[in-house]
Amino acid sequence: MTAKKSTRNTFEDNLRRLEQIVESLEQGSVPLDKAVDLYEEGIRLSRACADRLKEAELRIKKLSKNLDGQFQLNDPDKE
Amino acid sequence: MPDDAKVLTVTELTRRIKFSLESSFPRVWIQGELSNVKRHTSGHLYFTLKDAGAQISAVMWRSRVGMLPFSPEDGMNVQARGSITVYPPRGNYQIDVEQMQPLGIGELQLAFERLKQKLADEGLFDPAHKKPLPEFPERIGVVTSETGAAIQDILSVLARRMPSVEVILAPVRVQGAGAAEEIADAVEAFNRSGRPDVLIVGRGGGSLEDLWPFNEEIVARAIYASRIPVVSAVGHEIDFSIADFVADLRAPTPSAAAELVVRDRTELLDTLRNMCYTMHDSVTARAETLRERMRSLVSSYSFNRPRDVVRESIQRLDELDRSLSRSFSRLQESAHQRQEALGHRLEALSPRGVLKRGYALVRHDDRIVSSARALEPGDRAAIEFSDGTVPARIERDGTP
Repeated sequence: MTAKKSTRNTFEDNLRRLEQIVESLEQGSVPLDKAVDLYEEGIRLSRACADRLKEAELRIKKLSKNLDGQFQLNDPDKE
Repeated sequence: MPDDAKVLTVTELTRRIKFSLESSFPRVWIQGELSNVKRHTSGHLYFTLKDAGAQISAVMWRSRVGMLPFSPEDGMNVQARGSITVYPPRGNYQIDVEQMQPLGIGELQLAFERLKQKLADEGLFDPAHKKPLPEFPERIGVVTSETGAAIQDILSVLARRMPSVEVILAPVRVQGAGAAEEIADAVEAFNRSGRPDVLIVGRGGGSLEDLWPFNEEIVARAIYASRIPVVSAVGHEIDFSIADFVADLRAPTPSAAAELVVRDRTELLDTLRNMCYTMHDSVTARAETLRERMRSLVSSYSFNRPRDVVRESIQRLDELDRSLSRSFSRLQESAHQRQEALGHRLEALSPRGVLKRGYALVRHDDRIVSSARALEPGDRAAIEFSDGTVPARIERDGTP
């Protein structure tokens, strides 16, 4: 479960990274060329996050019961 | 075919039952537990009285409700006095309660307290075991009835606050026999699939019996064992269930659970926008600071020091050059003067200079004759004047 999380929980990771970037840019201790790189990375991350948030449709799936009476997820994209 | 005289209409039978029942139980005291207590807007009170074996509908008219010394709640054990009445249009009977008094905590309530105590002793409510909720869940598992108000409430809150999430519903019965097992199964199934980041387990409000599955041990243990954080959302604000105590977070209602589980998208987008501004400002400010530093460095004393040194050296060089050429011309001048003076002196010493003053040189055989005795008569000599030489012949001896 943990391994699965790390590969897909990108929004939270992106936001964490973005926070780090903003913080180090605010402190102003990074060299300018590095700051410019960080800035570009930050803008990219913030766009990725915003795009993710702007997905408009709530996706709803349902567990169903199989023949053994066990819940299962009818999910074609399940790995 | 039965004898027509013995065939009763429904109404006639019901009338006889009504007469029979109402006259047999004109006034009885009964003891039981209150449930499904509902206050109608008219002020009448409808409820069920029950015990382990049976239940009976009850009604209490407004005028008598006002006389009650307590506020009837689900789960309370009471003694009530009333008469049995039959309501023909529905074909049911009920007790028309005139007077009622509480008898302490009802059986379910006792069971609840006993289980709560037991699980608390086992550490199932230990705050240290509670898992933090993920800040940005992408998948939310919901364990509730497919047809209840709870799922609708949850979906509408999620759609408003964070429509980018995925909701997986495990449709379960949330009341009645077998409901607790289904709820526990669903929690376990979600943990097996490992897919949701957080679970909401609950249902809308109801009587103590309706909510009972969430007070069952099997549900409590499934929630406790869940590796996925669980938010309980059982009933309305005031109802606490065992599930609430064991869950990682208790929400007062299903809507509140949805609110607690996701952040507000609009707020997050604002935060992102502010972060972009902050980054932009920081970088521009940083560039400006550096530019300023550069400017002040360029105009600083130390930075200009090497240039000054060069300038000073050039100046010094120029000065040296000037003084050198001055000295040189002075030297030249005095050399010239000395040379001129020497020239004059030299000239004064030269025989030619003497000649100019009227002396003459006499040469004989190319040697200068400096004595009269060096010449014999008949010798040929040459007399050199300053402006030329004339030949001469010696005629006789000189006299000293």
